Amino acid sequence: MEQLIDWAFIVGHINYWLFIVLMMTGLYVVVARGNLVKKIVGLNIFQVSVFMLYISIGKITGGTAPIYPVDLTGHIEPDPSIVYSNPLPHVLILTAIVVGIATTSLGLALIVRIREAYDTIEEEEILKIERQMTAEDNKEYGAAMGGRA
Amino acid sequence: MAAEETHHVAKTFMDHLPVLQVVIPLFAAPIIIFIGKRSLAWPIAFAASAAAFVISCLLLMQVLDGGFISYHVGGWAPPLGIEYRIDAASALVLALISGIGTIVLPFAYESVKAEIPKKNHTLFYACFMLCFTGLLGMVATGDAFNVFVFLEISSLSTYVLVAQGAEHNKRALTAAYDYLIMGTIGATFFIIGLAMLYMATGTLNMADLADRIAEEGTNRTIRAAFAFIVVGMGLKVAIYPLHHWLPNAYTFAPSAVSVFLAATATKAAIYVLLRFMFSVFNPGFVFEEWTLYIVFIPFSLLAMFAASFVAVFQTNIKRMLAYSSIAQIGYMLLGIAMLNATGLSATLVHLVNHGITKAALFMGVGAMLLYSGGAFYNNLNGLGRKMPLTGAAMIASGLSLIGVPGTAGFISKWVLVQAAFENGWWIIAIAIMLSSLLAVIYVWRIFEVLYLTEPNPDSTAKEAPITMLIPMWILAGACIWFGFDTELTLGSAQVAAEGLLAGSAGMAH
Repeated sequence: MEQLIDWAFIVGHINYWLFIVLMMTGLYVVVARGNLVKKIVGLNIFQVSVFMLYISIGKITGGTAPIYPVDLTGHIEPDPSIVYSNPLPHVLILTAIVVGIATTSLGLALIVRIREAYDTIEEEEILKIERQMTAEDNKEYGAAMGGRA
Repeated sequence: MAAEETHHVAKTFMDHLPVLQVVIPLFAAPIIIFIGKRSLAWPIAFAASAAAFVISCLLLMQVLDGGFISYHVGGWAPPLGIEYRIDAASALVLALISGIGTIVLPFAYESVKAEIPKKNHTLFYACFMLCFTGLLGMVATGDAFNVFVFLEISSLSTYVLVAQGAEHNKRALTAAYDYLIMGTIGATFFIIGLAMLYMATGTLNMADLADRIAEEGTNRTIRAAFAFIVVGMGLKVAIYPLHHWLPNAYTFAPSAVSVFLAATATKAAIYVLLRFMFSVFNPGFVFEEWTLYIVFIPFSLLAMFAASFVAVFQTNIKRMLAYSSIAQIGYMLLGIAMLNATGLSATLVHLVNHGITKAALFMGVGAMLLYSGGAFYNNLNGLGRKMPLTGAAMIASGLSLIGVPGTAGFISKWVLVQAAFENGWWIIAIAIMLSSLLAVIYVWRIFEVLYLTEPNPDSTAKEAPITMLIPMWILAGACIWFGFDTELTLGSAQVAAEGLLAGSAGMAH
């Protein structure tokens, strides 16, 4: 009978499990937290989880750094027995890290401006202020339109 | 890959067009900042976007016969190197984006002066150029990861541009923040999808991806990648339940930004969605067919009715136009879901026509904002009579939004209805007409406000400056022109649709 729980599979894919846990944690924080800075932190965790996914893809069991062994004359001696890790996902994720930093800094800059304008960074209070603004607009402009708004 | 594929070596200036398309505006942005003179920012931006427009027209002419141009960045051959690939579909969208960019800039000159503090002008134009670059790059590139990079370039600059509306209304800041959160989630979903594609195939070049997926068939990783990419791009497209960021962003952004975003940002995202659904993944796969039927059709119908219905009850004209955009995106998705050549060409033609129409309408609102002090309907009372040319341009493009015969909007809806009949879906055809009736109501309200109400007594409104009128009338004129002469729009859309529907085969050759 086949084994009910394939432990080798579960442990062997530990990176991927962690990726899923991190990703869901990040998304949950973005959705559930009312503080704007905490939302950005959640977004960051979410993005970092993807870095982990990419880096895991590049790893090959027994793989070494992808540098060809060159002898003193500069002649490349390819050795078919050496397995190399795939460097491409790692390079890709460098780009994604830069994008993540840009997003975080822009988000934080926006929060600073929001704090100046609203005097709070709690989502609930901001929504309250905005609802008030909308209600005032509607009162002012709705009445002027003869109640058709 | 067929044997006749020539090894691409760019020798002449013309061979470099695909990359110049993206590189010229990309370099314009830092040049604007380094020169740092407010008086030079606008001319540089305009020159760069005009150059991009000329290039996109040259490219479109080269690929209208159904061929494609493959450009190898840095001389590295794909699939290892990054490839820029221009075919009819991408050339059409490139022409739309660069054309709108070129037309928006003269309009922006006055509008930005009125709405954005002076010290930010230089940075505003630099940011605008970056956004422009990102959108062009997303469309021009043939490398899946490159799409993500350009997507983020355009998104990050868009968040900044939207936040510039804060001078007028502080809610622009929260709108930009919401857009940032959702846009980032969307883009991150997109790269998770790409990671899975890379796991399954070991390549990131779109043509190569298409080949390998077609060879190996589907497996669970590829299906999951498809789901992630569709949802991620869906957020950027503002497919109905994922549209939450759009109304606030369009409402509170500065007018020039609203014009540009409404006409191009969602359109570029739709192009990427099309590219992945049809060229990279094989449209013959069952999971894709089911996604289209079960997800796209109900949501696009919901968008067409619910968003139009919400638009009817708005008191702010910019917000109304934003909801109408969500509804129009519904038509485009419906065209995709038809899964036939007519439906796809309807999507592409509507993408162009709606881009032009919405840009003209937002420009009209932007011109009126110079004098009205607000975009609420009763700020605009009677302005049609005080600004006759602006009002007339808005009505002309409003008619195109409804889809009245003789306007561009009619052509795309007509093709869409034809596609529905081709599939025998007459209920959907009726739904398209019914939702157009809702458009009649909200466009009628524009007419009512502009012409049938008394102007506010203390209003100082006069006709908009000529730098706004000319772009507005170029677009409004295009709405009517493309209603009669469909050769350019519909013709290239049909070539593009055939190329897309050929799926992976169309991608390889």
